[in-house]
Amino acid sequence: MKRLLSGNEAVARGAWTAGAVVGSGYPGTPSTEILETFALYPGVYAEWAPNEKVALDVAIGAAYAGRRAFATMKHVGLNVAADSLFYAAMTGIEAGLVIVSADDPSMHSSQNEQDNRQYAKFARIPCLDPADSQEAHDFTISAFNLSEQFDTPVLLRLTTRVCHTSTTVEITEQRFTPSERIKYPRNIAKYVMVPANARRRHGVIEHRIQEVSQYAETFPHNRMEMRSPRLGIITGGIAYQYAREVFPDASILKLGMVYPVPSKMIKQFASMVERLIVLEELDPFIEHQVRLLGIDVYRGNQDLDSSKSIFPVVGELNAQIVRVSAIEAGLIQDIHDHEGFQISGVELPQRPPVLCPGCPHRGAFFVLSKLKVPVNGDIGCYTLGLTEPLNAIHTCGCMGASIGVAHGAAVAGDQERHVAVVGDSTFFHTGIPALINVLYNRSNVITIIMDNRVTGMTGHQDNPGTGKTLQGKETVEVDIEKVVKALGFTHVKTVNGYDVENIEKTLKEWMKMTEPAVLITREECALLPEARMKYVPLEVIEEKCNGCTMCFRVGCPAISKSEKLDPQYQRPLAVIDPALCTGCEICAQVCPRDAILFRNQVLPKAEV
Amino acid sequence: MENHRFVLVGVGGQGTILASNLLAEIGLLLGLDVKKAEIHGMSQRGGSVVSNVVWGNPVYSPVIGQGEADTLIAFEKLEALRYLPLLKLSGRVFINCHKIEPITVSSGKQVYPGDTVIENALRQRASMILWIPANEIAEKIGNIRVANSVMIGAVLKTLEIDFEYGIKALEKVIQPQYRELNLQALTAGFEWQPE
Repeated sequence: MKRLLSGNEAVARGAWTAGAVVGSGYPGTPSTEILETFALYPGVYAEWAPNEKVALDVAIGAAYAGRRAFATMKHVGLNVAADSLFYAAMTGIEAGLVIVSADDPSMHSSQNEQDNRQYAKFARIPCLDPADSQEAHDFTISAFNLSEQFDTPVLLRLTTRVCHTSTTVEITEQRFTPSERIKYPRNIAKYVMVPANARRRHGVIEHRIQEVSQYAETFPHNRMEMRSPRLGIITGGIAYQYAREVFPDASILKLGMVYPVPSKMIKQFASMVERLIVLEELDPFIEHQVRLLGIDVYRGNQDLDSSKSIFPVVGELNAQIVRVSAIEAGLIQDIHDHEGFQISGVELPQRPPVLCPGCPHRGAFFVLSKLKVPVNGDIGCYTLGLTEPLNAIHTCGCMGASIGVAHGAAVAGDQERHVAVVGDSTFFHTGIPALINVLYNRSNVITIIMDNRVTGMTGHQDNPGTGKTLQGKETVEVDIEKVVKALGFTHVKTVNGYDVENIEKTLKEWMKMTEPAVLITREECALLPEARMKYVPLEVIEEKCNGCTMCFRVGCPAISKSEKLDPQYQRPLAVIDPALCTGCEICAQVCPRDAILFRNQVLPKAEV
Repeated sequence: MENHRFVLVGVGGQGTILASNLLAEIGLLLGLDVKKAEIHGMSQRGGSVVSNVVWGNPVYSPVIGQGEADTLIAFEKLEALRYLPLLKLSGRVFINCHKIEPITVSSGKQVYPGDTVIENALRQRASMILWIPANEIAEKIGNIRVANSVMIGAVLKTLEIDFEYGIKALEKVIQPQYRELNLQALTAGFEWQPE
């Protein structure tokens, strides 16, 4: 049966078919839908872990216990989980273990660009790199089999275009039934990585990767497609699609396993074509392995110093980019209109991502922008506090970085009072140890935990604070305020995220103290179904508004400048779009002329 | 057949992704190979959204580069302009006569271009431009959220695709409780005549 599935849905289906019974992960674009989909299948356990390292440990534990398991994350999540990746590579497993890394070339929704195929080489584990949803499905099944055959974790490396592209997939209704359950291993030489054991294991895994390398020669997803002998292309992952599109007549060596590579097959392929190129996205990962075999890779008119031949090392590829590079390298004739059309005579207004109308993070950011203090941000919707007109985020690096960075600036003697802003899910992810550090090492950092009751930016996933699991079960709701107080903070307060006055009063008071403090701004995300039920669009009373612009400074997409002008100052009046306004009242609170009606003023009018 | 490449653009919350699901399903029902690629950006609401649908036999690249799109379907006027460079010379544009001001405009920093400016820019590239009052039509049906189906109805009509394929695709893609409303919208778009 053929179905249109996204790469992520296909991985979930493949994992189910392969008999995986445990999936753990942390949400992150473009990986999130894998576990969300897997969680819906019968006979599986799926969970959101607080972070990727915990997720991978969970999958490892399940695989030690003889059950097929996998962990999912975005590329930068594997940095967090790297510690676990390396010990799992050393110990091996009792049942199939797959690590899914969803890379984000061009950083559509990420802080840095990295090629996680490198992790496979670094940890000496095989890496599979699918080119479409069918392969995402099939490679997932292969990955579990390979894992057991060679007693190794396997890295399934996806990219945004594979994750979020839907293509047709042939699936089966049959599910692999794992062999009988085993007793949890007491094999300390293999599973206890004290130095004496670890030293022995390092030799074992170096030998293992040699064996996988031999196996790669016959791995069915490494294949030669012979067409014209004039040009041969070695490629893997999504780049295969661009190779077929731009060079329809070329011969192709398509590597499903990009580490380790089949050296005999590569040599054979190279000998069958007149000119050999490597086409891959991001790092010259395959190319370096090919060149180490002593094989000449055609570089066009490039100088020998550049580390990657012909195609860009930065950013996502597409057929157009591949075509332009190929023309420059003299591989194909310039037949297309690739000159890049520019719109002339129009200034195109940008549409940057913004905090949504009714976003509960807006209140604190409005206050922070007034206070003009340095604000160290973190990863989540609230990173958007950086945008105009709020301009209230000044650093943002990775998950959980805000608090540590603020502490670092403070202990370095920076004279300004540092604020760290972190979301609820990010607090659970890696915020807690950094917060302990603030307390233990006595800096004066003010931390604001913006608790919108959900993991927001990745599309509303549950987390330890929501009281629900990934599979919809009721569970404990970890109370952030109690956790913070239990650590030993004395200045801790929870306020409503929309309560501008209270947030401002509290922060101003704390700025005068020398101790650290934690403010929790709590209000559910305005896009949650329960929140949507409560929308009451507010109204501007034109007679009272004089166009003072105060309400524009909250940066809400629902408020704009109307075409009507204030008669005295000739300034545009404010107007609220009822289709966008949720009635959060932040604008009404900041209006100095009471020109914006509050919910309880709008409601009676509607009832009349 | 030659590949037919559609770029669908809009603003977060307008149903751009759902419309591309519909178009992808129609391609499958026509017996074609289909790929659909979307980008999930940083913001849930109010950001620019783009989705690519490619029909062909077979389709390799799911991504549409500069000057490669046969058809541009814009659910918001400014977004039509933003993604115009993707359209091939003599391509088609379906544009919803609907404006959503970005924050850069409402804050007074930039100016939203007028319809004539947009039309003139589109003319530099497109051989056919259809301005469709999809939001108005959807509002009459009872919910502006089905403006996306109105647009797809108009696309089916122009591409001379049997309406039956649209109905079948709706059944596969849209949840049962919203099917009737979307069917009305698809029909209204299909029957809509430019003045």
